Amino acid sequence: MATLEQSAEGSEIAHADGGEGVRRRDFINVAALSFAGVGVVAASLPLITQMNPSADVLALASTEVDISKIAPGQAIKTIWRKQPVFVRNLTPQEIAAANKVPLGDLRDPQTLAERTKPGKPNWLITLGVCTHLGCVPLGTGEGENRGEYGGYFCPCHGSHYDTAARIRKGPAPLNLQVPEYQFLSDTVVQIG
Amino acid sequence: MSFSWARPYEPKSPFMRWLDERLPLPRLVYGAVGGGYPVPRNLNYWWNYGVLAGVFLTIQIVTGIVLAMHYYASADGAFNSVEHIMRNVNAGWLLRYAHANGASFFFIVTYIHIFRGLFYGSYKAPRELVWMLGLVIYLLMMATAFMGYVLPWGQMSYWGAQVITGFFSAFPLVGEPVRIWLLGGYAPDQAALTRFFSLHYLLPFIIAAVVVLHIWALHIPGSGNPTGVDVKDEKDTLPFHPFYTAKDGWFAAGFLALFALVLYFAPNALGHPDNYIPANPLATPAHIVPEWYFWPFYVILRAFTVDFILPAKLWGVLAMFASILLLFFLPWLDKSPVRSGHYRPVFKRFFWILLLDIFVLGLCGMKPAVQPWVAIGQLATAYYFLHFLVILPLIAAFETPLPLPDSISSSVLHGEKKEAAPLGAAPAAAE
Repeated sequence: MATLEQSAEGSEIAHADGGEGVRRRDFINVAALSFAGVGVVAASLPLITQMNPSADVLALASTEVDISKIAPGQAIKTIWRKQPVFVRNLTPQEIAAANKVPLGDLRDPQTLAERTKPGKPNWLITLGVCTHLGCVPLGTGEGENRGEYGGYFCPCHGSHYDTAARIRKGPAPLNLQVPEYQFLSDTVVQIG
Repeated sequence: MSFSWARPYEPKSPFMRWLDERLPLPRLVYGAVGGGYPVPRNLNYWWNYGVLAGVFLTIQIVTGIVLAMHYYASADGAFNSVEHIMRNVNAGWLLRYAHANGASFFFIVTYIHIFRGLFYGSYKAPRELVWMLGLVIYLLMMATAFMGYVLPWGQMSYWGAQVITGFFSAFPLVGEPVRIWLLGGYAPDQAALTRFFSLHYLLPFIIAAVVVLHIWALHIPGSGNPTGVDVKDEKDTLPFHPFYTAKDGWFAAGFLALFALVLYFAPNALGHPDNYIPANPLATPAHIVPEWYFWPFYVILRAFTVDFILPAKLWGVLAMFASILLLFFLPWLDKSPVRSGHYRPVFKRFFWILLLDIFVLGLCGMKPAVQPWVAIGQLATAYYFLHFLVILPLIAAFETPLPLPDSISSSVLHGEKKEAAPLGAAPAAAE
């Protein structure tokens, strides 16, 4: 009842002010609710952002890898940000095979040169995370199935990657992701 | 509560009267599951599974609370703490097996409950919100079950978490940041495990709260019944207590015997052996497969293998979410005014085909993603959507239903002697 009376008063005041569309009480209502709304949003921000990666997780955001022991044709699996990373020393034949593929044949067109560093076309560094649903593809270890295109093969749903780790066949939508990295020297790579 | 002849609560002792005037909790219980809730007298045994779902929710909450006293959500120790529960904790093996198999049984009875609703048109007016709240419970159950499965931190736990959170990365632009936000890292790790444990503990209580809303919404129009005909007068109903408490009671006891059979003699039959291998972020199991109750959805997820405008992976994720979300629109997809499948000759046939289709989906979900399972799964997925989006609306438009009985009592009483007067039907015996 009190509310009704007050809003009735409010409309009289608005009328006296010259019939503006917004009554004083409407303004107070909107202002008060907006203030509370901003407060709720501000209070929820820490509750949301606490779920983002914490400082110790981010501290693992770069890792150094010694690549001196990897012979041509070999690959190693290392860990960056708790995810597997494949470091592969391509043979000249594998480089040639990757360069021979017309870009039009690719689902996610990229040349080998775009996926390696200038002057280091034999060092193929990619995440070992299948772009379909995140399994670890096979093909780094000796004797593992490398798929129909000689690169990597994901056993979960049968995605085949070629020698530039580009998706060629199967359900994965994208090439294996190339992380940010740089050569600190000829034998040490910093990933991240 | 819902009908004029529902018996009002009458406190029997001075204390109960004193309590009723201050906190009418016994009145609430009496009206909800006591003598004050009139229920159609012709319910068959398919109407028992709602109560059973409540029984299994209770089992899950009780066993879960005690398991949490021994489990620790640490990426280094979670797997070992589960083994500690199995080997060292007194009766720990029983509690853990009861919790793991209890989840499966909760899904079994819930699926039967859902299909009961599909066949008897329980989603139709005036019970649309009962149906939709039930779907909310189902979605919460799926989230809870998924997060619970991650907690032992075995290989299937880990890779299940990787694949399920990977769904979100299918969405363009926001997908990958959302995935990282959900996991609290770039791959499942300590942050993900701890938050899953927190939410796995919370969600069952949210489920219990939605169950209260589900029952509240049900008790406004009252329970449906196998004829789908509305209750007309007192002759059509029986008080919930003692009639349905007795029927639900003995049936729950029987079903729990089945539960005990699995629990004691085949406790790992419904689980995957790979989850007894500790989580290894560098090696994927050869064949990642979810728990059985997710198999049909896993097939829908994998059904898209060709990019068409959007990437195939995004189609798969959208289709999987759509397969459940479309059930929210069921009351408006099936506009036939006849509720019960018994009086809908065409609908009835397609109901059984749908059931078969979902079994085929489940079978394909269990199998690895190779031919012919991929192709069969794709056909079954297509049929699933065809059923709800095309066949069901068409049936509702063209089907000629069979004549409905005049009332529930006339459908029950065919004149046969044995059916003429069920024991206890007289109001005097109801107490």
